Amino acid sequence: MEPKHSVMVLAEIRSQKVHELTLEMIAWGRKLADKLGVPVDCVVLGIEQADFQKLVHWGADRVLVVTNGRPDSLLATPAARLLVETIRAEQPGIVIAPATTFGRTIMPITAARLATGLTADCTELDIDPKDNLLLQTRPAIGGNIMATIKTARTKPQMATVRPRSIKPGGFDPTSQGEVIIKHYDTGNAWQETLLSFMGNEENDINLENADIVVSGGKGMKSKENYQLLEELAGLLGAGLGATRDAVEAGWAPFARQVGLTGKTVSPKVYLAAGVSGKIQHLAGILTSEYIIAINEDADSQIFKVADLGIIGDAPTVVTCLIQAFKDLKTDGKEHENG
Amino acid sequence: MKVIVLIKQVPGTANTRMNPETGVMIRDAGETILNPLDEHAVTEAVAIKKKHPGTEVIALTMGPPSAQKVLREACARGADKGILLSHKAFGGSDTLATSRVLAAAIQKIGAINLVLAGEKATDGETGQTGPMTAALLDIPVITFVHRLEVNEMHIIARRMVEEGIEEVKASLPALVTVVKDINNPPLPTIKGYILAKKQTFPVWGPADLAIEEGTLGLKGSPTRVVKIFTPKLSRQTTFYTAANEEQMPGAAEAVLKVLLNRSLIEKGDRYGA
Ligand SMILES: Cc1cc2nc3c(=O)[nH]c(=O)nc-3n(C[C@H](O)[C@H](O)[C@H](O)COP(=O)(O)OP(=O)(O)OC[C@H]3O[C@@H](n4cnc5c(N)ncnc54)[C@H](O)[C@@H]3O)c2cc1C
Ligand SMILES: Nc1ncnc2c1ncn2[C@@H]1O[C@H](COP(=O)(O)O)[C@@H](O)[C@H]1O
Repeated sequence: MEPKHSVMVLAEIRSQKVHELTLEMIAWGRKLADKLGVPVDCVVLGIEQADFQKLVHWGADRVLVVTNGRPDSLLATPAARLLVETIRAEQPGIVIAPATTFGRTIMPITAARLATGLTADCTELDIDPKDNLLLQTRPAIGGNIMATIKTARTKPQMATVRPRSIKPGGFDPTSQGEVIIKHYDTGNAWQETLLSFMGNEENDINLENADIVVSGGKGMKSKENYQLLEELAGLLGAGLGATRDAVEAGWAPFARQVGLTGKTVSPKVYLAAGVSGKIQHLAGILTSEYIIAINEDADSQIFKVADLGIIGDAPTVVTCLIQAFKDLKTDGKEHENG
Repeated sequence: MKVIVLIKQVPGTANTRMNPETGVMIRDAGETILNPLDEHAVTEAVAIKKKHPGTEVIALTMGPPSAQKVLREACARGADKGILLSHKAFGGSDTLATSRVLAAAIQKIGAINLVLAGEKATDGETGQTGPMTAALLDIPVITFVHRLEVNEMHIIARRMVEEGIEEVKASLPALVTVVKDINNPPLPTIKGYILAKKQTFPVWGPADLAIEEGTLGLKGSPTRVVKIFTPKLSRQTTFYTAANEEQMPGAAEAVLKVLLNRSLIEKGDRYGA
C-alpha cells in the first residue's frame, strides 16, 4: 500500500502531563484527515508516562511518543529537534499544534528548519476540495478581516490553531490505534537548561481558558465598581478581564487586559460591562461564542458584536446581576430540596 | 558585547476606525509607528548596555525606505546604530522569508552576543519571526521573556507560560523575545532625538547578504494569502433596556438564562453555600 501523508497533531504538554487541549488538536486532525482519507498521528513530545491509549479513543490513529530520554527535552531547541526528526521520519502532509507558548515556540523553529510555511493562530482549518491543500484561516490586522492562507509548494503545511476554536471529538472506547514509542538522540549540543518553575496561584482562573469571561471598561466608573465584576466572576467561576483604559486607570493589573495588546479570549460567553468596543479590544474577543454587553449608550460599537445587549448603567446592572445569581442559587436549592 | 534588536515598523493603530457597514478597517495609510513590543526590546538592550559598558546596540529592520523612521526612534531611545534592510526583492515576504533576511544580516554583522525581538508585532501578530530567525542562525531561543539577566557567557531568562513562570538558562549567542512586562519604556529624550537626527543608516539589499535570490520576498515565501474576507460583524442583537428599577430584573434574568442554557451555571448550589 502506498504510504499516506498523515495529518500530524502536536499534543500540548504542561507540567509533564498531556493537557486537554490535545483533544482539540486531535479533533482538528480528524476533521482534516477524514476529508483527505489519511490517518491522524498525535505526537507527544518529552514525556513517557501517560495514558496514551486514551488519545486513541479520542480519535488518533497513532500516538507517537517521542523523547530523547533527557529531563530538559521540552525546552525549545531539543523539542523542536524531536519534532523535526519525527516529521522527517513520518512525512506528514500537515502538521498542526496549539497556539500556546509551547506550540508558538517550537512550530516556528521547526518550520524554519524544514524550510516550510507556518500560519499562526488559525481559527479555522479546512481542506480545499480542488487541490487537497490546507486552508488556514486567521484574523488579520486586529481581527476585523479574515485571511485564508495556503502553503502550496513546500511540505508539510504547518499551522498553529487557537485554543477553543473546535470542540473535542467524541470518546470511543472501542476505537483501535497504535501507541509507538520513539527515541531520537538530539545530541547534547543544545545550550538551554531549565532552572526552575514557579506555578501560578491556583485560584486565579486562567483568563484564556475560562468558559465565561467577565470584563469591565471605563463605563464601570470606579475601581470600587470594577471590583463588583470581581465578585461576579468569583460567583460564576469566570475569568476576569479589563479594557486597556481600565488597566491604565489602575483598576486591574495588565495581566487582565483583553485585546490586541493583551490577552485573546474565546470563551463560551463574554460579558462586557461599560466597554465601548474599540477595535483593539474587539481583536481579543471576536471568537467568543456569545457576547453580552452592558452599556448606557445604545449606539456604542460593542453592541455591533453583541448577541445580548443591555442598555443601562453598568455598575447598577452588575449589582443586580450579582443579586439575581445569588437568588437563583437559593431558589434552586429550595427547589431541589422540595 | 554586541546586541542586535529586531524592530518593525507597523501601522499606527491609534487612528484606525471601522467602516460601520462593512466592518472594514479604515486606516490612515501614512501613519506608522515602532511596534510597541519592540520599544520594550530596545529599552532592554539599552539597559544591558548600561550594565555592561562597551556594549553596542544595533537596531535592525527590514522594510520600505520609510522604515528609517523606526531606526531613528530606536537610536533616540539609546541604540547606537541602525541598519535598514530594504530592497524590492524583499517585498511580500512572509515570516520565513523575513527571517532569512534578518538571519543573513545578523551573520554579516557577525560576532553578536544577543538578539532581542518583540514577542509579536501588532500588524501580522504571528510571533514567528523571532524563533524562526534563531533557528536559521542555529542559536538557542527563549520566548515570552519578562525578566532577563545577561552575563558574559550566558543569560538567565524568566518566561511567562500558561501555568506559571519558567526560568531558563541559555548560552550566548542566543535570541530572546520579550513581552510587555519586561520593562517600562521611558519617553525618548529631546537629546536622544537630536543625536538620532544626525544618524545615517546603511541600507543593505540582497547583494550585500549571503542569500539565494529564490528564497526572498513573495517568491521565496512558502505561505500565500489566497483570500481575504470580512467576517460578519453585526450579530443579531437582542436588546434589553435597564433604565430603571423595574427593568433591572428582566435584564439580569436574560443574562442568567444565557448562562443556564449553556450549562455554564446551574440552579442551586452544589457546594452547599
Ligand atoms: C496600539 C493600541 C493597542 C491597544 N490595545 C488595546 C487592548 O489590547 N485592549 C483594549 O481594551 N484596548 C486597547 N487599546 C485601547 C482602545 O483603543 C480603547 O481606548 C479601549 O479599549 C477603550 O476602553 P474602554 O472601553 O474601557 O473605554 P471607553 O472607550 O472610554 O468606553 C467606555 C464605555 O462605557 C460606556 N459607559 C460610560 N458610562 C457608563 C455607565 N455608567 N454604564 C454603562 N456604560 C457606560 C460608554 O458609553 C463607553 O462606550 C489599544 C489602543 C492602541 C492605540
Ligand atoms: N521586518 C522586520 N524587521 C525587523 N524585525 C522584525 C520584522 N518583522 C518582525 N520582526 C521582529 O519579530 C518580532 C515578531 O514579529 P511578528 O513575527 O511579525 O509577529 C517583532 O516584534 C520584531 O522584533
